[in-house]
Amino acid sequence: MIKATIVVMLKPGVLDPQGSAVKGSLHSLGFEEVTEVRIGKRMEVWLNTDNRAEAEARVAAMCDKLLANPVIENYTFELEEGA
Amino acid sequence: MRFAVPVFPGSNCDVDCLKAVEDVLRVPVEPVWHQERGLSEYDAIILPGGFSYGDYLRTGALARFSPVMDSVIEAAERGKLVVGICNGFQILLEAGLLPGAMRRNDHLQFRCDIQPLRVENTKLPFTRDYREGEIIRIPIAHGEGNYYCDEATLAELKQHNQIVFRYVEENPNGSVDDIAGIVNRQGNVLGMMPHPERAVHDWLGSVDGVRFFTSMLAYWEENYGAA
Repeated sequence: MIKATIVVMLKPGVLDPQGSAVKGSLHSLGFEEVTEVRIGKRMEVWLNTDNRAEAEARVAAMCDKLLANPVIENYTFELEEGA
Repeated sequence: MRFAVPVFPGSNCDVDCLKAVEDVLRVPVEPVWHQERGLSEYDAIILPGGFSYGDYLRTGALARFSPVMDSVIEAAERGKLVVGICNGFQILLEAGLLPGAMRRNDHLQFRCDIQPLRVENTKLPFTRDYREGEIIRIPIAHGEGNYYCDEATLAELKQHNQIVFRYVEENPNGSVDDIAGIVNRQGNVLGMMPHPERAVHDWLGSVDGVRFFTSMLAYWEENYGAA
């Protein structure tokens, strides 16, 4: 088994209303040093394979096709074997 | 002219769309479950609003891969009329039938209101019964209607007159260039956040949605006969 941990974030420059709202709350709590907050999604996907290269290609395809929207989002992922 | 309204798990404006077509146009209209394939017997398809697949992952992202969407894409390519309203608009964006993407409203609120819109293009099958620049009142109800596209795409939309409706007085979601609805380059696939199907009787608060539907029928009769 290989576990893929995928992080999807809005691209830089795309307005993140959730992040802006959370930044405002952090400021009102006194964390005034916060200059920006960006909120993304973390996804964990388990693959029934031991072939790391194959898993990497498959996870990239999943991200491109469904898990991220390439118009507004970027993704990164890490693979962990035996998880 | 025959209309289809694909129904996804979580659609909740499907009956409104069916009733609007029945009441306004009195032509055949049928719901089509999202697992069906083959929409060849229909002349127009309306993807309804709602929360397909619970809006999980992203709005419209999971519905885009429902079996019926293959037929919707095929119908769009064949020049049939395809409309996406609210969640239907989000699905059309995810399917790549229209350019851009949808974000959460910039103020983070779910906004439910009657919204004034300006009709920007009346040369389309969906808008020919409106007057250019006319202000119409159509209900909105969405939390993720903040249309986004990059500057190159926006320039293209403007160049080819693809911006169909703009919000006036106030932009209720923060969309790029006050966009409320767009059409594809060919002019047969339209997506909009406001709900014309909820503006077809006086008792609904507005009848400005009626001409959206009459436009489609007039276009179809002119091009394909009054069968």
